[in-house]
Amino acid sequence: MAEISQDTGSHKKNKKKRSKKLPTRIDLTPMVDLGFLLITFFMLATSLIKPQTMEITMPSDKKVQDEDKTVAKASQAVSIILGKDDVVYYYFGKTEGAKVLKTNYAPDGLRKILLEKNFEVAQQVEALKAEKNRTRMKEEDYQKKLSALRANKNAPVVRIMATDESNYKNLVDALDEMNICSISRYAIVDLEEPDKQLIANLAP
Amino acid sequence: MPKAKVKRKSTWVDMTAMCDVAFLLLTFFMLTSNFTKKEPVLVATPTSVSEIKIPETNIMTVLVDKSGKVYFGIDGQDKRRQLIEKMAGIYKVNLSAEEIKKFTLLELTGNPMQAMKAFLNLPSESRDLPQNNYGIPADSTNNEFKSWVKSAREVNPELRIAIKADEKTPYPVIKKVMRSLQQLDESRYNLITKLEGAPGRE
Repeated sequence: MAEISQDTGSHKKNKKKRSKKLPTRIDLTPMVDLGFLLITFFMLATSLIKPQTMEITMPSDKKVQDEDKTVAKASQAVSIILGKDDVVYYYFGKTEGAKVLKTNYAPDGLRKILLEKNFEVAQQVEALKAEKNRTRMKEEDYQKKLSALRANKNAPVVRIMATDESNYKNLVDALDEMNICSISRYAIVDLEEPDKQLIANLAP
Repeated sequence: MPKAKVKRKSTWVDMTAMCDVAFLLLTFFMLTSNFTKKEPVLVATPTSVSEIKIPETNIMTVLVDKSGKVYFGIDGQDKRRQLIEKMAGIYKVNLSAEEIKKFTLLELTGNPMQAMKAFLNLPSESRDLPQNNYGIPADSTNNEFKSWVKSAREVNPELRIAIKADEKTPYPVIKKVMRSLQQLDESRYNLITKLEGAPGRE
């Protein structure tokens, strides 16, 4: 390929002094080695995958004082308390006299409960997703419809409270469940005395 | 019967094509990738189904490790210079030009301002040792973390906050960080997670 064949020796009559031509074929093996070495370096030293993020919006201190403080209907309220050793306590409605139940982060634990509670919206979102796949809906329209569905007035309002024994993973898992179950109205709030009492009574 | 002679083929392989491929790939990797940031501690982020990607620039990183130490960093060396100058002014710490230069090369810092000078003068290989990183104080009495966020916001108003915490971090530490941000009216932020397989639904 990269070679020019030379027939030397047959022109002995040619008296002209010629510089001796070397073959132009170069051994590229070391260059290939070098190339792959550098590739290896770049592959190992760089990150191709960008990390995922979860966007959350917390109420700021200023806003809460204003009219933004929404009062949820007791029938819609769900309270989740993240406990020690990956245990989740939850109850519906008001804190006073609530029946606290225990569950975990498994798919048939917290998710099942939230999906049951948010059945209407979850079903509509599922239908919308199916429709999107079928009709190749534009991403924009999809998002618009999705947020309209999520703004359902009858959807549950979830309060997430974390005890000091829980860890960060529990919190992210809980937020993740909100995403999965299409719950748009949730808040991370501080654990207050009545709720602490509830768990204390429950735990033997 | 004479033996059939097997013609010996030359073992010379033309490497030009292979060389082309190697350099093509090399170019691709050089252009598409950005280097992994050096982090003082290894953090295992929790998984989530969220698929939003984090932007590459204008990021304020808050790193929280397992033991609850808080690290802080912004991108851009120029911005970092302005940031450290501001912080040194607030906490009345005298830093030489060389120390400031050293700071601008750090991706993340995890030291109270009082210990910053000593930290910057450490040899670079011993900077990542856990005993040399105390974490930025974020308590209600001594909240340097708040000043960091505030100064960073002044330096670059377009910064977005990304919290990267280890999954085993106890909640009180996260609460402290979130509370500090809330007090600063920084109500939108990103939690960095790993991708998890989309869950099956019944």
